[in-house]
Amino acid sequence: MINHIDVSSMLRKSVCELYSNLVTRPTGAAVRCEIEQELDRIGDRALTVIDFSHVGLLDFSCADEIVAKLLLQYVSLDAPRREVYFVFRGISESHMDAIEAVLERHKLALVTQHADGASRLIGIVDVDERRAWEIISQLGAGVSADVADATGLSHDEAERMLDILWRRRLVIRHDSAYVAVGSATAPVEPVRLDA
Amino acid sequence: MTTIINVPHSLEDKSFEQVLDQVAPLPLDEKIIVDTRHARWASPYGLTALLALAQSRAERPVLYVPEAENVSTYWSRMDFFKHAAELYELQGRVRSTKAAETSVLLEVTSISKSDDVHDVVDKIQQRAQDALVKNLNLDAKITMRFTMALSEVCQNIVEHAGRGGWVAVQTYTWRVRLGGRKVVVIAVCDPGIGFRQSLESAPGFQKRERWDDGQALEETVMRGASRFRDPGRGQGLAGVRKFVGTWDGKLSIRSGTARIAVLPKGDWDEDEPLLEDLSYFPGAQVQITIPERVA
Repeated sequence: MINHIDVSSMLRKSVCELYSNLVTRPTGAAVRCEIEQELDRIGDRALTVIDFSHVGLLDFSCADEIVAKLLLQYVSLDAPRREVYFVFRGISESHMDAIEAVLERHKLALVTQHADGASRLIGIVDVDERRAWEIISQLGAGVSADVADATGLSHDEAERMLDILWRRRLVIRHDSAYVAVGSATAPVEPVRLDA
Repeated sequence: MTTIINVPHSLEDKSFEQVLDQVAPLPLDEKIIVDTRHARWASPYGLTALLALAQSRAERPVLYVPEAENVSTYWSRMDFFKHAAELYELQGRVRSTKAAETSVLLEVTSISKSDDVHDVVDKIQQRAQDALVKNLNLDAKITMRFTMALSEVCQNIVEHAGRGGWVAVQTYTWRVRLGGRKVVVIAVCDPGIGFRQSLESAPGFQKRERWDDGQALEETVMRGASRFRDPGRGQGLAGVRKFVGTWDGKLSIRSGTARIAVLPKGDWDEDEPLLEDLSYFPGAQVQITIPERVA
């Protein structure tokens, strides 16, 4: 399923009905806990849109608590908590300042989706990983041979690159094929990942 | 014994050092009278630092209020006396007013908990757009970043000071350089544990051969050190530094006996990057100055 989490609603639910700004570390931690509870209800394999559209201000402390600490739990090269993928929507220019800073600090990356549906990979990603992600994103879905053909990497190397992107939850794996996380959120109707 | 502390006519970050030079040698429990009768002007830093000064004393000090009507009225509009009455024995006529002060973006406000930071952010967003964009000719993009910086410096009190502090924000004309230039100034002052003691409380902290307030400020402000092991900590001040650099502003932080400054690239201010061996004052006193954009 593609799930939608409105961060502003989480803020009002967890901290205060009147707040519209994500500031201070305790606020960020409370909102993240609320998001985690929501994710617990969703199941072990899910694609979730984290929507910042109705958030006014996002400061560095809140970005660290909500974005970085959330990703750190679900995105890991070793043992991710569950197979949960995130797409971030409604990110304004000022949100981006805080988010990019925390991604850099923790060497993380994520996918943002813009109003026109275009996706962008931000954060710390090496050149080959980015190239592989862009190829899969352009194709909508692809296999390691597509990446190898487009980049000149060996098949093994292309497969390794896609495996890293999958472990970082930047692409979704279906058997031997991969879908870029942003491409998968384009449909309006819910889509089952495990269908 | 009671000592009278003479407050300079113009009270801002640099002239406040004259106040500290008089107070620092005195025992904490010695009664002091802070004499502002002849004050003509005070910056947000001056007002918030006066409150932090009273908090730092064991014996409740006396404050002789400014004699000039316009000064007393202005300090009232900044809500200074509202808070000062809790910390000082006020002597002299306090002139109250209900008139709003258009140059004030945020009156002197108490910060001791996370909710206070939310209130400050909510309050200033309504006023910042006009002040920054219309009056200082700054790009509209600054408003959110300015509020982020304000939030981060206020959070330093909540997270590190160990006791409450004060924030105030105002626009005024900077007269350090000939001709003057409009600026917006954020001042955040607390009398808490300060940067050095905060870092010393980190698990496994080991003092180096040279370890003092200046080193602690350099570690925190320039290298993002924090008392927390969490690698996500220490980003707030790094973000504030970046914000100040983007808008040709100035960041100065005083703690203990040292003051560090991130200086503007432009020529609107001259200051030293690091001052040491200042008179001791507990806690941290932060000032962010953003100048108007000129063609």
